[in-house]
Amino acid sequence: MTIGQDLLRADRPDAERGGGPRGSGATRGPRRSRRGSGAAGGRAGLTPAALLVPSAAVLIVVVGYPLVTLLVMSFQEFGRAQAFGAPAPFVGFDNYVRVLTDSTFWTVLLRSLAFCAVNVAATMTLGTLIALLMQRLGRALRLLVSVGLLLAWAMPALTAVIVWGWMFDTQFGVINHLLTVLTGTDFANHSWLIDPLSFFLVATVIITWQSVPFVAFTVYAGLTQVPDEVLEAAQLDGAGPVARFRLIVFPYLKSIFLVVTVLQVIWDLRVFTQIFALQGIGGIREQTSTIGVYIYQTSLAGGEYGTGGAIAVLLVILMLAISLYYVRATLKEDES
Amino acid sequence: MTTTAAPLAPLAPPPARGGRRPSSPARRRRRAVDVLLGAIAIVVFVCSVFPVYWMVNTSLMPNNETRTLVPNFVPSTFTWRNYETVLSGAGRADFLPALANSATVTLLTVGVCLIFAFLAALAVTRFRFRGRRAFVLTILVVQMIPGEAMIISTYRVLDGWQLLNTIVGLTLVYVATVLPFTIWTLRGFVNGVPIELEEAAMIDGCSKSGAFWRVTFPLLAPGLVATGVFGFIQAWNEFLLALVVMSRPESMTLPVWLRTFQQATTTTNWAAIMAGSTLMAIPVIVFFLIVQGRMTSGLVSGAVKG
Repeated sequence: MTIGQDLLRADRPDAERGGGPRGSGATRGPRRSRRGSGAAGGRAGLTPAALLVPSAAVLIVVVGYPLVTLLVMSFQEFGRAQAFGAPAPFVGFDNYVRVLTDSTFWTVLLRSLAFCAVNVAATMTLGTLIALLMQRLGRALRLLVSVGLLLAWAMPALTAVIVWGWMFDTQFGVINHLLTVLTGTDFANHSWLIDPLSFFLVATVIITWQSVPFVAFTVYAGLTQVPDEVLEAAQLDGAGPVARFRLIVFPYLKSIFLVVTVLQVIWDLRVFTQIFALQGIGGIREQTSTIGVYIYQTSLAGGEYGTGGAIAVLLVILMLAISLYYVRATLKEDES
Repeated sequence: MTTTAAPLAPLAPPPARGGRRPSSPARRRRRAVDVLLGAIAIVVFVCSVFPVYWMVNTSLMPNNETRTLVPNFVPSTFTWRNYETVLSGAGRADFLPALANSATVTLLTVGVCLIFAFLAALAVTRFRFRGRRAFVLTILVVQMIPGEAMIISTYRVLDGWQLLNTIVGLTLVYVATVLPFTIWTLRGFVNGVPIELEEAAMIDGCSKSGAFWRVTFPLLAPGLVATGVFGFIQAWNEFLLALVVMSRPESMTLPVWLRTFQQATTTTNWAAIMAGSTLMAIPVIVFFLIVQGRMTSGLVSGAVKG
C-alpha cells in the first residue's frame, strides 16, 4: 500500500527542480520534455514512476494484498468451514492469545531459535575458515575448493535433503558404513532420524553443507580487498596470524560479517524445505517441527487458518525485527 | 600463503644473508604448513563434492546394488535403467509433465522478472526522486518477509482468483518472490556503470536513449545474465510455494514431483530416486558453473556491498 503513495509522490521534487507546476497528471508531459533537454538524470519519455509501475504492481498484488489478507485473517475465526465460504467472524486477539498461551508454539519457537543459532554459528565459522584457507592456497588448489563449494551450493535444497537422506539411510547408507570403518564402532543399522537431536544434527549437516559456500565466497571476496600493505606491515611488526585476523582483517570485513550473519539468521530461522523433506524420509513430526513447518501443519494440513495466520504474523514481525539491522545498514550504504 | 607471502618474498632474501631471517628450518616449516593446508583443501573438496558424487553414482547402478552391506563406491554394473524408470513415469506422478511445468514457470518468471526489475533498477539508480528511498526500503523489507508466513494467504488469494494449480498463478507468486532480489542485484550492476560514460557518448552526438542502449546496456548484459540465472535457480528449486499452489499431480513442478516420487518409492528404490534427483539438479548445476564467476561477484556487489 505504501508503494502506491510513494509513487504518487514520486516526481514532485523533479517538478520543483524543473520549475514546472507540481501535481496533476496533465502537466506531466511538457515538464518531462523540458527536463529531458537539459537536467541530468531525465530520460525522454520515461519517468521513474512509470519505470516502477510494473514492479510495484506485482508487489502490491502478490505481496501487499496477501499480507493484508493474512493480517485480517489472523483476527478472524477461520477454519475449514470458512475456507469453504462460511462467514468468518472477527474474534479480536483470540487467535494470538491461543497461540501465545500454547506451550507447543513456544517449544517450536525455542527449537527454531536454537536450531538457527547452531546453524549460523557452524556456517559462519566454517565459511570463514574456508575463506581464509582459500586465500592461502595456490591457484590450482583454490580452484579445486571453489569447484567443490560451487557444486554444493548449486544443489537444489530438496535434492540435497533427499541425497543426504539416502546417505544417512539406516540400512544401506554410506555414512553408517564409513563411520563403522573409520571409527571402528559398529554403526550398522544406526537410525539417524528417529531421535530428535540426531535428526537436527543431520539437518544441521545438510544446511551447513549448503550454506557454507555463500559465506566462504563472500568472505573470500572481502578478504581480497584487505590491502596487502597493511597486512605486510603488521607481519613485519610481529603480528601473528590470529592477531592479524583480529586486528586488521576482521575490522575490514565487519560489515560483510554482519550482513552475512543476519542473512544466515533469516534463512535458517525460516527453514522449511530441509526439515519438511527430512521428516518425509524419517523422523517424528511433532518433535522436529520448526516454525515454518509448524505454520504449514497448523494451517494447510490442520485447517486452522486463523491460528496459522496469527503464527505467521508473529513470524513476519520477528523476521522484520531481526532484519532491521540489515535493512538499515543496506539503506545507509545505498544513500552514500 | 600466496597473497600474503608473495609480496614479502622480495624482502626476505637480503636479511637472510645476515643469518637472522628465514633459513631452511623456517622454509621447511612453511612447506609443512602448505602441505597441511593442501590436505585440508582436499578434505573440504571431498566433503563438498561427495553428496553430488554419491547421487550420480547411485543413479547409475541397478537398484539391487544399492542394497548391499558394503556400499558400492562405483557402480559394478553400469546402467541407465533408473533414468528410464524415471522418464517413463513409474511413480505416482509423471516426470515429463513436471519438467514441462517447471521449465515453463521458471522461464516465464525469469523473463518477466528481468524486464520489470530492469526498469525498476533504472528508476532507482538513474533518477533521484522522492519516494525512491521508500521504494528501496520496501524492496528490502519485502525480501525479508518469509514465504512460510505467506503460504496461507497466498493460497487463499490465488484460490479466490481461480489460479490454484495454474502456471499463471505460480508464475505470479514466483515473480513476486524473485523480483525484490533481482531489482536489488540489477541496481548494483547499473550503479557499476558510471553515468559519465553515457554523458561522454552524448557529447559525441548520441541521443540520451541512444547513449543508454549503445553504451550502458551492453555493459549491463553480463549483469542481466547473472541475475537471470539467479532467478532461474530460485524458481527452479522453489519447493514450499509449489507444494501449496500446485498440488494436483498434473500441475506439479519438479521439486514437488521429486518429493512425491520419493514418498511413493522410498526405501525400495533409492537408485531411481537418485536418478530423478540428478535430472532435477543437472540444469541448475550446469547454469551455476557457467556463470559462477559473475554470480559470486554479482551476489557480493549486489547484495552485500551495495
